[in-house]
Amino acid sequence: MKGSPLAAVLCAPGTNRDADVSFALQQAGATPISYLMTDLVSQPSRIDDADIIVIAGGFSYADALGAGRLFAVELEDSIGERISAAIADCRPVIGICNGFQTLVRMGILPGADCVAALGHNEAGVFDCRWVEMEPISKKCIWTRHLTENITCPIAHGEGRFTADSSTLSSLLKNDQVALRYVNVNPNGSVDNIAGVCDSSGVVLGLMPHPENHVVARQHPQFHRGNSGGLGLSLFREGVKYVNN
Amino acid sequence: MSSNGVVHRLEIRSFGSDPRAGALLRDACDLGIASIDAISVVDVYFIHGVLDSKQRVVLEKILIDVLLQQASWGPPTTDCDHFVETALHAGVTDGASQQLLRIASRLGICVEAVTTAKRLEINGALRHGELDLLVRKLLANPVIEYSSVDSFIIPIVPRESETTARQVRIVPIGLNATDEQLQKLNSERGLALDIEELRAVRDHYRGLGARDIELEAIAQTWSEHCAHKTFRASITNDSGEVLRSLIDQLRDTTQAINAPFVVSSFVGNAGVISFVDGTTIALKCETHNHPSAVEPFGGANTGVGGVIRDVLGASHMPIACTNILCFGPPDTNGSDLPDGVFHPRRIRAGVVAGIADYGNKIGLPTIAGAVLYDRGYTANPLVYAGCIGVAEGEYVVATPQPGDRVVVLGGRTGRDGLRGATFSSMTMDATTGDVAGASVQIGDPITEKLLIDVLGRGQHLFRAITDCGAGGLSSAIGEMAEGVGASVELSGLPLKYPGLSPWEIWLSEAQERMVVAVRDVKPLKEACRIYGVECTDIGEFTGDGRLVVHNNGEVIFDLDTDFLHNGRPQRMMKAIMPSPRRTKMDRTEFESQFGDIDIVSSLQQLLQHPNISSKEAIIHRYDHEIRGATLVRPLVGVKSDGHADGVVLAEPLDTHGIAIGIGVNPWFGEQDPERMALAVVDEAIRNVVAVGADPDKVALLDNFSWGDPRRETTLGQLVAAVDGCCRAALAFSAPFVSGKDSLNNEYFGSDGERHSVPPTLVVTAVAHVPDANATVTPDLKNPSNVLLVLGHTSCEFGASHLAKVLNVSGSAVVPEFDASAPARYRVLHGVIRAGLIRSCHDVSEGGIGVAVAEMAIGGRLGVDMSDCDNASDAQWLFSESNGRFVVEVERKNVSEILALFTDASCVLGTVTENDSLVFAQGCEVSVNELWNIWKVQQ
Repeated sequence: MKGSPLAAVLCAPGTNRDADVSFALQQAGATPISYLMTDLVSQPSRIDDADIIVIAGGFSYADALGAGRLFAVELEDSIGERISAAIADCRPVIGICNGFQTLVRMGILPGADCVAALGHNEAGVFDCRWVEMEPISKKCIWTRHLTENITCPIAHGEGRFTADSSTLSSLLKNDQVALRYVNVNPNGSVDNIAGVCDSSGVVLGLMPHPENHVVARQHPQFHRGNSGGLGLSLFREGVKYVNN
Repeated sequence: MSSNGVVHRLEIRSFGSDPRAGALLRDACDLGIASIDAISVVDVYFIHGVLDSKQRVVLEKILIDVLLQQASWGPPTTDCDHFVETALHAGVTDGASQQLLRIASRLGICVEAVTTAKRLEINGALRHGELDLLVRKLLANPVIEYSSVDSFIIPIVPRESETTARQVRIVPIGLNATDEQLQKLNSERGLALDIEELRAVRDHYRGLGARDIELEAIAQTWSEHCAHKTFRASITNDSGEVLRSLIDQLRDTTQAINAPFVVSSFVGNAGVISFVDGTTIALKCETHNHPSAVEPFGGANTGVGGVIRDVLGASHMPIACTNILCFGPPDTNGSDLPDGVFHPRRIRAGVVAGIADYGNKIGLPTIAGAVLYDRGYTANPLVYAGCIGVAEGEYVVATPQPGDRVVVLGGRTGRDGLRGATFSSMTMDATTGDVAGASVQIGDPITEKLLIDVLGRGQHLFRAITDCGAGGLSSAIGEMAEGVGASVELSGLPLKYPGLSPWEIWLSEAQERMVVAVRDVKPLKEACRIYGVECTDIGEFTGDGRLVVHNNGEVIFDLDTDFLHNGRPQRMMKAIMPSPRRTKMDRTEFESQFGDIDIVSSLQQLLQHPNISSKEAIIHRYDHEIRGATLVRPLVGVKSDGHADGVVLAEPLDTHGIAIGIGVNPWFGEQDPERMALAVVDEAIRNVVAVGADPDKVALLDNFSWGDPRRETTLGQLVAAVDGCCRAALAFSAPFVSGKDSLNNEYFGSDGERHSVPPTLVVTAVAHVPDANATVTPDLKNPSNVLLVLGHTSCEFGASHLAKVLNVSGSAVVPEFDASAPARYRVLHGVIRAGLIRSCHDVSEGGIGVAVAEMAIGGRLGVDMSDCDNASDAQWLFSESNGRFVVEVERKNVSEILALFTDASCVLGTVTENDSLVFAQGCEVSVNELWNIWKVQQ
């Protein structure tokens, strides 16, 4: 055990699940610190101290020009190279919901030669409901030791993962499909993909919100005596990876 | 660099089907237009400025995703049968254009302005007049946008030279102006003041004439919306009795209850309570009815934004939102709609999208609510938006001190919502949508989110705070300056666009702004800089009691705050009290009115009534999970598709929480407003008790949406309802801590008839949940458990849903208040705390029959009621008597629990694994079948 890794939670104006993910990181043993876009522009080097980089969910810049698009431009412009260096240095990165959309727009996920996007949900509307995800990737440092499915809510309007056929086959071949929806595919994502990792396995992006299932009582079937896999386990994997 | 008028037109088309197109097709069908084969939507960006090809590629890369969309630059082409292009009026919040402008500048691309537009391409053989109908009722709303049919739109950009700021004028008011002259002034300027008030204004100005901006401010401060004239009026009833004002009746009741958990009631922006030492809770519910009628998305959207600011204005951090929505029947025939009225489904879609947009983006869970349908809401939909906030430490009400700075935080000022306060106090007519043009805005939740972030950094940043709601700065600063006085300068305020007159700036209802009184501006400015929030110091609280406004140094407004706030003469009103039927019908009368009732088919009809059927489609649109504290969710049960009675919020590691419940029944209100009020207070409390709240720690909010109170019978209904509220509050020892009234919810249709909403009182209960782990949901849990009914059932079918679905229109009595209910709720709470209740559901619309069906659907389990004689009695099964629950308990605990409820309880049946509700031998129905009927959104 190496203590509590520093998790930088990146927030744009409109990011709104930063507090939720900070709570989850704390419960997983990390020390979360929120960085606003203004901090990152004025002091970009602060990100270099982070052991874990987290891009939190929400509606960055109101998603006014499409989900994650402006956050991606802003991050690329301010700390793009530093994020690349962190990835090269095997420091774990996770983007949840709007963070996933941002990583895809930055070209970090699924990767440089890939063509992928998160489109409007098949039903055409924002949807909030609980889903179950199966951890698939043995390469992704966030999922490879997980044995139990994760249950947690989705809350998004643009979460339909889509990719061109060569990207899709390379994701499958390279073990980059990190998480798949089981039972219900809530948004029409291709191949039930809920989350993908980069080719190195240290960067994970996913649409559902594991940070909203940190304690058992948060499960919607709590009153029926039922439970499901905690989203907390995902964050614990990230912390464990840093500490080992 | 000037672009010399160069405008690039960029069009973006999505691959595959666009969900917006599908929604429009469905909406067109509701209007009775079936001749459309296809609609497609093209997004258009007008970029004003000279762009080279590289810059175009940069912008295009931001705006499209190659897998999902394609872009085209240059002159538009289209080969559809018809098309309509729409663009937002200048100054209407347009996040896309603001953000594109911002990012272009960030990337060093010189863009002068961006206008966004939409093209709706229509294919199909439209009949004569159908295109016009489509445009008016569906495709373009002139309240917020302009449009062009079958020709490409030309974007309008406001420029300084095109608008000339109108200066302040003096309106002559003669010392001896007659009532007739005053009324003329009243209607010419849209002041919406009573004659007594006009005389007070005349006398105040002593013949010297009034600045127009002062008149506007007086009209706004004295409007029904802001001054609550009816609730403060002296009312004489038809027995000649002069009543204590309605607001005082409610206040007196709260004082008489003297609940230890009330911290602040009926003052300021919100009610404040405290269930746990060191933490206070602020609660508030508002209506945004008129705006939602003319621009459903924007109206509901800004309604949510406004109530969140109310909580911020009480120095609390918002944690959750609620909403209660009332619409016309979803199956309304499009051709029956009065002029200027949207189809109820169009209104519903817009309102739901508006609520979802604001709550989801600002990051607050939208957790509790209700959706009601009635013909009375067709022209006047009602939108109630509520918000709950928390604060740590002692709650102190601070007022500005002389020498404090007047600082405006947040959004920019535009021509938004001018005269919103007076507008909402006026009866609407067919042209309201046009004249109200500027009255409705689209919200900007991100700006408000940033305001929350800044204010969340601590109360050390400011001394006092007020939100800018109706009446804008005039109202906010006017309220804060009461007694102390203030002097402000408007010229430094950031504006959305040039050309605003000073009176427009002063009265603008631009959203997302707060006013704070600050001793030292520096720390606040620094916090605002970090979050990118605009912060403008516009003046000082003076101590001289006068409110003085300058524009570029010139005094444009100078009023005594005492006259502004206390100069309004009390309204004198007359009420004719309702005299509803109060005698219960006997079985013979019931049978003669209702005839032979088929239990199964009646239950099926009830479950598909839009008031009772599933609201799942709406609930999923709202993020109810953010913050991770929603413990009893609006959706419950084995498939998470059953509806909870109340919801419970509990922070993940806390042992305690709060429950929120809603009570509303306008149908009772039409018939017997006093009993309605008693019933809805009971219902709201029942809903929180059912989930595990302590019935001795319940605070209430009242929200009245009523017709024109100057009609004496309408006022009588209001008086009766307030009386009912007070009686119920006393009976439950549950104090009202805040409230709001929205009167004049009436509409003159082009048919010449006067439309009014049913008397709609919404009661919100916020209660302490002492043990978060001892909370309960209504879905059935385990086969072989036993269902009990707690409470008295009598033959009470007035305004019942059984009468609705069976089309019975005879007179019947509205359910009487059950005086034994408070004691029953306390006992039930004890049993819930002891962990003996497996599921619990309150009994309301559709009675025990519907309650059992909903519990069965939630748990996907059956119930055998064949041993309960009552279960085959339609009168017992569908009555809507107050004060009742159906609870599920383990068999071994049945006698112990029954013994606790000796006054009124019985065994209803046994939970089974069968897909069946068995009411009696040979009288049963499949739960799955009921679910299939119930789940369809009408």
